[in-house]
Amino acid sequence: MPEPANNTQPNQSESQSSGQRPPNQTSRYADASLLRSQFTDTVDEIKEALGEVTVIAKREGLIALMTYLRDEPRLRFNFLSDVAGLDLGEFATPRFAVVYHLYSLVHNHRLRIKVYLEEDDAHVPTVSSVWKTANWMEREIYDLFGVTFDHHPDLRRILMPADYEGYPLRKDFPIKGY
Amino acid sequence: MQTKEIAVPTSSVTALRKPDPLGDTQMTISMGPQHPSTHGVLRLELVLDGETVIKATPDIGYLHTGIEKTMEKEKWQQVVTITCRMDYLNSMGNDLGYCLAVEKLLGVEAPPRAQVLRVLLTELNRINSHLVWWGTHGMDIGAMTTFFYAFTEREKILDLFECVSGQRMHQSYFIIGGARWDTPPNFESLVYDFLGNFPKFLDEANRLLTGNRIFQRRTQGVGKISTEDAIQWGLSGPSIRGSGVNWDIRKSEPYSSYDTYDFKVPVYHDGDVWSRYLVRMDEMRESLKICHQALERLKEPGPVMSDHPKLKLPPRDLMKQHIDVMIHHFLLASEGFTVPIGEVYFPIESARGELGYYIVSDGKERPWRVRVRAPSFINLEALPAMVEGSLIADVVAVIGSIDIVLGDVDR
Repeated sequence: MPEPANNTQPNQSESQSSGQRPPNQTSRYADASLLRSQFTDTVDEIKEALGEVTVIAKREGLIALMTYLRDEPRLRFNFLSDVAGLDLGEFATPRFAVVYHLYSLVHNHRLRIKVYLEEDDAHVPTVSSVWKTANWMEREIYDLFGVTFDHHPDLRRILMPADYEGYPLRKDFPIKGY
Repeated sequence: MQTKEIAVPTSSVTALRKPDPLGDTQMTISMGPQHPSTHGVLRLELVLDGETVIKATPDIGYLHTGIEKTMEKEKWQQVVTITCRMDYLNSMGNDLGYCLAVEKLLGVEAPPRAQVLRVLLTELNRINSHLVWWGTHGMDIGAMTTFFYAFTEREKILDLFECVSGQRMHQSYFIIGGARWDTPPNFESLVYDFLGNFPKFLDEANRLLTGNRIFQRRTQGVGKISTEDAIQWGLSGPSIRGSGVNWDIRKSEPYSSYDTYDFKVPVYHDGDVWSRYLVRMDEMRESLKICHQALERLKEPGPVMSDHPKLKLPPRDLMKQHIDVMIHHFLLASEGFTVPIGEVYFPIESARGELGYYIVSDGKERPWRVRVRAPSFINLEALPAMVEGSLIADVVAVIGSIDIVLGDVDR
């Protein structure tokens, strides 16, 4: 998959990132370079910006990647901090991204995994089999963005009413009433 | 009158209960959303067998106000007025997390005095939040008195917040780049008075509730969650420290110079309601220690706002002399400032656990996306794992022990 290039998608350029670590930040990010050789099919790119490492991954093989990240002794990402949905804009392709923030209680480091999704094909395998806590966060993304999670044990709306139509956090959802 | 002795079977209740004609022994009840012990509008769907909880399903969203959506239409600096409305008991911490995340995107650091103020006020806010938890947790279990003691003490902290920011609950005192203004002259002595009297309250609280045998029986061994499960369910803050995980973001990824303060992280290993209770009680003492150190550093005068040209309004006298300064002021006040393109995840330790802000900027004067990793939301997710198999009366104790704020859960 080519690197998604569009003007609305916020990407930190290389020149801005190098050596410009804000002084008041002490989060350490893991060295993700060992993923490059292991997961050549799944991992598209590894970027570093503002001292934070982002792994751009494909949804094929995502579960294997996540399980490896959790169990590999050098990484040990045993704690899933956050799963966030991201709408890159109505006219952007790919339109959506699901962003995982991993944390290791063993090594005290973090990592961000990002999966881009096309609008007409917005589904990604659930990671709730790897970390149970993903269950509700994925339900929230399903509820607010309309991204579906394959094999999710309980994919229902969570914040909005069950009979609600529309996905409020999408960029084309009006902020005021119709 | 002579009574005839009746042989009562050992399991009298089960023997007397008539068999259900449909053969259905389970009952589904809805606990909340108006139940007083759910601290807001949480609804639990409980499947019961007698008094035992077979299955618990939290139903949330009654307080969903779309704060993440609203943030996308506000300017960077205006968002601070919404962040404190999510977790309204830990409002200072919510503002701080957002400000730190945006400051990281901007590459700005708050001046030392602002950092000291931030530490002092978030720690006071942590005590405030734990006081509300202590009062309501005790009340849920049946000790009505705790509520009044806690709220009397909390009132003093709210007075301090009012003194420094003009607001009691939704301060919005921290802004991107520092703090809104410096403290009033009598602030330090007021905080000093409070800190001096607070240990007495803590001793009283321990005599009132911690040493109470009924309270201990209601909490020890109740709502157990193992270390592995706590990590799997993503518990954070006092809830995971009650399960024996020594993890506090103030220590592991210090922000606002927390690494220069001397304090301990209380950890208890039983994973029950009682452990989580003890963690929070000890945390109040540790916060008190941090407050004392911060107050000492507050004697040093200095600016409370970064002089980054994007953040600080130009001085008034210069504005009257130079048209370009005037234009700069006008643009800052009307359009706001832009933030470089980028994304950042900033975790801080709120009173409830890991509060993370994932902020994406597209280089405009409004955030593209602000995602809040709300600790209450994720701690609540673990509730079924803690209550299933226990008695219905314990559900109330467990809800109190994970200390959720529904404003934070639903956002």
